[in-house]
Amino acid sequence: MVSRTTDDYQAMVLAGCRAVCEPAFWAGFDRGSAEGFRDYFAQLTEHEPARAAKYLLPHYSWLCINPKESENLALADEVLSIIPDFLGRPNVLGIGEIGLNRNSRNEVAIFEKHVDLAARHNQLILIHTPHLEDKRKGTLLILDVLKNDPRIDPGRVLIDHVEEHTVGMVLDAGFWGGITLYPESKCTPARAIDILERHAGGTLWMNCACDWGQSDPLAVPKTCLEMRKRGHDAKSIDRLVFQNPARFLSQSPHFSVPA
Amino acid sequence: MSRSQVLDLYFIEARSKLIDVAAFLDRIELAGGDDDYRMRAFRDALIALVEEGGGARRAESVLLTFSDPTREPVGRAGGKAAGAWRGEAE
Repeated sequence: MVSRTTDDYQAMVLAGCRAVCEPAFWAGFDRGSAEGFRDYFAQLTEHEPARAAKYLLPHYSWLCINPKESENLALADEVLSIIPDFLGRPNVLGIGEIGLNRNSRNEVAIFEKHVDLAARHNQLILIHTPHLEDKRKGTLLILDVLKNDPRIDPGRVLIDHVEEHTVGMVLDAGFWGGITLYPESKCTPARAIDILERHAGGTLWMNCACDWGQSDPLAVPKTCLEMRKRGHDAKSIDRLVFQNPARFLSQSPHFSVPA
Repeated sequence: MSRSQVLDLYFIEARSKLIDVAAFLDRIELAGGDDDYRMRAFRDALIALVEEGGGARRAESVLLTFSDPTREPVGRAGGKAAGAWRGEAE
């Protein structure tokens, strides 16, 4: 989706959420012009932080043209040209969520341009991996692009939506991995904890989907409850759901959350 | 957690999901028409589910069963992901 409801913001704060990070996403339809993206980037960097602030929730964002709209190369190039105008905004963490959707040549070409943009502007990178049958192939293609660019530091890149068949290749290559929680059809809290227990390093985190399908803004706190049922102590839960994300995001000079 | 604790926490939920799968297979059998690539992948996944490959990697095996095994980008993005690889010939 392109924004949380006010009820969502309130529920997240009441559940202990300390900050929200919103990647640029597909609007539910393909936008017709770059000016539509300029308005969207203003929404992400001006309007949404102000809405979230009413609930004492720091709001951060990532900027890009989403892979779903990358098939239109001319539009994507135009959008890429306006992104630098917004990178200095105080809530912008980097370039994202870029990546692939159906693993097409045009998607790969625009992904490479986003990676170049991030490298030239020294930005963190947040990467979307395809869902369903496209995920494994898409993750391999994404890793190929990243490994071929010597300017990219894997420690400054988070590859999101990992599952059991992709988490190993992401972490083994030195990148951060994100597990995205969904109420149905994709990764559940139980599976996410299974993955976390088998990949206990410090470069993995969890996040809530904010998708056009069903998604739950409280998926992370609900997963924390399930971790407690499985015997995880408060310190290890805090490390996974707060310290790890804060450590990655603090590589951006724009990010800070009160202790 | 001990195996007993895992069963206490997840058995009823897993039992319910397994019965849902069984009912889905019954529904498919009673419906007219032929299987397509999705059902063929589903049947392969059921085999992967019960095979004892070692290392507790069933979830990974099932996901790989549904995955596109090719490495080259496709010519043009089109349509939605279906959950199972259609195959190059189909």
